[in-house]
Amino acid sequence: MSKVHVSTIINDDTVEFLCESEQTLLDVLRDDLRLTGSKEGCASGDCGACSVIMDGRLVCACLLLAAEAEGSTIETIEGMANGSDLHPLQQQFLDHAALQCGVCTPGFLIAAKALLDRNPDPTETEVRYWLAGNLCRCTGYDKIVRAVLDTAAETRN
Amino acid sequence: MAIVTKRVSDEREAEEQNFNWVGTRAVRPDGVDKVTGRAKFGADLHLPNMLVGKMLRSPHAHARILSIDISSAEKLPGVKAIVTREDFSDLASEFVPAGEMMVNYRDITRNVMAREKVLYEGHALAAVAAVNAIVAREALALIQVDYEVLPHVLDVVEAMKPEAVLIQEDLLTDGADPPADKPSNIAKRVEFGHGDIETGFAKADVIVEREFNTRPVHQGYIEPHACVASVSEDGQAELWCSTQGHYVVRGHCARILGMDVAKLRVTASEIGGGFGGKTVVYLEPVALALSRKACQPVKMVMTREEVFKASGPASGANMRVKIGATRDGRITAGEAILHYQAGAFQGSPVPPGAQCAFAPYDLEHVRAVGFDVLVNRPKVAAYRAPGAPISEYAVESVVDEVAKKLNIDPIEFRLKNASREGTKASHGPKFGPIGLVETLEAAQAHDHYQSPLQPGQGRGVASGYWFNIGGQSSVTLNTSEDGTVALVVGTPDIGGSRASLGMMVAEELGVELDKVRPMIGDTSSLGYNFLTGGSRTTFATGKVAVDAARDLVSQLRERAAKIWDVPVGDILWHNGEALQKNGRGGPTETLSFRDLAESMGKTGGPLVGQASENVQGAAPSFGTHVVDVDVDRETGRVEILRYTVVQDAGKAIHPSYVEGQYQGGAVQGIGWALNEEYIYDSEGRLENAGFLDYRMPVCSDVPMIDTVIVEVPNPAHPYGVKGVGETPIVPPLAAISNAVANALGIRFSELPMSPPRVLAAIAAASSSK
Repeated sequence: MSKVHVSTIINDDTVEFLCESEQTLLDVLRDDLRLTGSKEGCASGDCGACSVIMDGRLVCACLLLAAEAEGSTIETIEGMANGSDLHPLQQQFLDHAALQCGVCTPGFLIAAKALLDRNPDPTETEVRYWLAGNLCRCTGYDKIVRAVLDTAAETRN
Repeated sequence: MAIVTKRVSDEREAEEQNFNWVGTRAVRPDGVDKVTGRAKFGADLHLPNMLVGKMLRSPHAHARILSIDISSAEKLPGVKAIVTREDFSDLASEFVPAGEMMVNYRDITRNVMAREKVLYEGHALAAVAAVNAIVAREALALIQVDYEVLPHVLDVVEAMKPEAVLIQEDLLTDGADPPADKPSNIAKRVEFGHGDIETGFAKADVIVEREFNTRPVHQGYIEPHACVASVSEDGQAELWCSTQGHYVVRGHCARILGMDVAKLRVTASEIGGGFGGKTVVYLEPVALALSRKACQPVKMVMTREEVFKASGPASGANMRVKIGATRDGRITAGEAILHYQAGAFQGSPVPPGAQCAFAPYDLEHVRAVGFDVLVNRPKVAAYRAPGAPISEYAVESVVDEVAKKLNIDPIEFRLKNASREGTKASHGPKFGPIGLVETLEAAQAHDHYQSPLQPGQGRGVASGYWFNIGGQSSVTLNTSEDGTVALVVGTPDIGGSRASLGMMVAEELGVELDKVRPMIGDTSSLGYNFLTGGSRTTFATGKVAVDAARDLVSQLRERAAKIWDVPVGDILWHNGEALQKNGRGGPTETLSFRDLAESMGKTGGPLVGQASENVQGAAPSFGTHVVDVDVDRETGRVEILRYTVVQDAGKAIHPSYVEGQYQGGAVQGIGWALNEEYIYDSEGRLENAGFLDYRMPVCSDVPMIDTVIVEVPNPAHPYGVKGVGETPIVPPLAAISNAVANALGIRFSELPMSPPRVLAAIAAASSSK
């Protein structure tokens, strides 16, 4: 069977690729486009390590077929910083020590960005439920939640 | 909820004023790579001409392998290599250390590739390397295996019965008294203690004896096992993998594959969590064998289902604990009988479990007996303080019940019986400066412990202990010509150790932190390094890094002495500069690190600080946790309302990452206590091998985790460090169970306290009324 041709915009760049019909978006991002910042922790949509923003929606790249990305605009962790300026969430994660091993971090950052893009003033409970789709096994979530809340406060001011 | 740091020693507080880096909250040197997606983990490496490897795994819990036919799979276009038991030599029984546990080469080689039998669902028995994953999966489906399915046993108590099916037909119990004369599933019996427990129990006014059961839980690292192996035609090999110890991986792989150790260079990728589970090998020897056969690089990555089914969970256990005490609250005797599941091969952490069981208590009469028991489950691996959370759960539950019977506050009761400096531990050693009493006092004084509860809520307390280890580390400091330094260590950074090590080195050299670049060297770049485990990295590698820095400083002083033509004894090193004692004149007033680095070619050549040691003097860390819970009487859900961790760190080099260890360990313990368990069907197949059904805590399950860092310095470390990574997972199981008992008036003796079990217990309690 011939491959599927897909046109997308990824992190502001026009990207075209050919994929097998059974490849996930995550497979193509990681194995073909070598954007390995999105991680595969479960391949079942339970851990959020592959979180990307597609047309403004937070999605698990492991649950989408690559062919479904046709015509879409995708944000991955590789596009989060603006040149040498880290996104405020990235800086707060560093300042709060909100990561230990760091493998879940790209997914948390993308998920947190999707939250703050739609709700710039979340409560702690809102942050905790929004991020409940992202698993972190190292931190116990405390410093992650603080980093997100402080980013929100800093951005509002 | 503020984070409170309690400094116990005023003297050190005064000294600390002089530290530039130690004790600060600097941004970690690998941080930017990790928030931008740049950091390369196990599955992130792509090599030219690389193949994809996939493993065929047993669908049976226990079966004899009659034949494996790979002929059809080999013919599939795109298949480049297939390996089975035929490709691995058998190895004799030989135990070697892995973390705080021992592993046996005879067993490792059988675990990475089954030989006579498959011993658990998920046991590897063939692997394929192909041009891509799709072809590799197709090839696996073409491999024909004939099995003779055998009866299986999953339960630890069932497995010990004389009529139980034998998992290894020739296994005689080590340490049995009298010596075992026929095989069983009991691999080992260990005993620790002193005094005479019958004498002790005779003195007791109150005795409580209970039986407990816990289930296997998985370490749950978010990054699955992954590696890339590349063996060249002349037998030299490269291996990239996610591991807690690349030197240990090198040794295991070389032994399993019959290679010279020096021919294999192992590079540790960034590691996406390990918690003890990445101290052993699974994929690595198989990927090397495939690459050797295909003469192409091979990448292997486990799926999450494979991680659950075929990599090490922690033991499930059956235990009996008996504690007696006098009316005034003094424990007279303690006894624990522990039966731990080892999985399909011997080597559960029951020895450390037995050692740790009563460690928080100063006891005259104490005995802990452990049995290491084979069952048809994946071989257990270390999980954060391996063995200790299980045994201390049982002991701390009974301690709580005894205190309640005596109507004594649980912290008061622990203080009356607490181990202190000079206490002879139940497992032998006499404790040095330990901080248990300080953690109990800090917990007692904490606002959390003083705050009122609402009706229906319960508060629980428990203490915990882990002994921590030292061991071999080798560190190099390579000075650049501009006076900046590469700090090369061989212990993978699993949670911020590059930060803590860099800070200690910058402190010693008297330079800015960003002039020191810490990195993890591959196995060819340094002498031997034991793995990151046993909470040893900031302690042991930290001590060696400090010694390497001191070695470099002594060389810098020698160079300055040479330039100034004065005796080296006249040179001081202060704030990153050489100066002369008594202000005697030289050509310049001071020589900076940069000056000396720029001129090193003229003064004796490259400046390299080195130290290689087998570090002794690891000090144990004690902790005390306080937790408040509410129980939903309709759903059985236990809600964690408030949680406080108090633990002795010796010295917190980077307080944020110490707090992070406390918080992360506590939340893993919350999962262990409330939800996590392996659930099998009647055929011995795991029913919940995924994150949806194996329910680890998510962000909305937990509150903020408050922390108090107690600092009782370890005299064997230049800054007083004690390992902190493991102790935090020890107290939560009992602390939460004690809190639930106070909330519901029902004491659980089984984990996890998941909603169905809690509902059943509430129903049973109300029907018995």
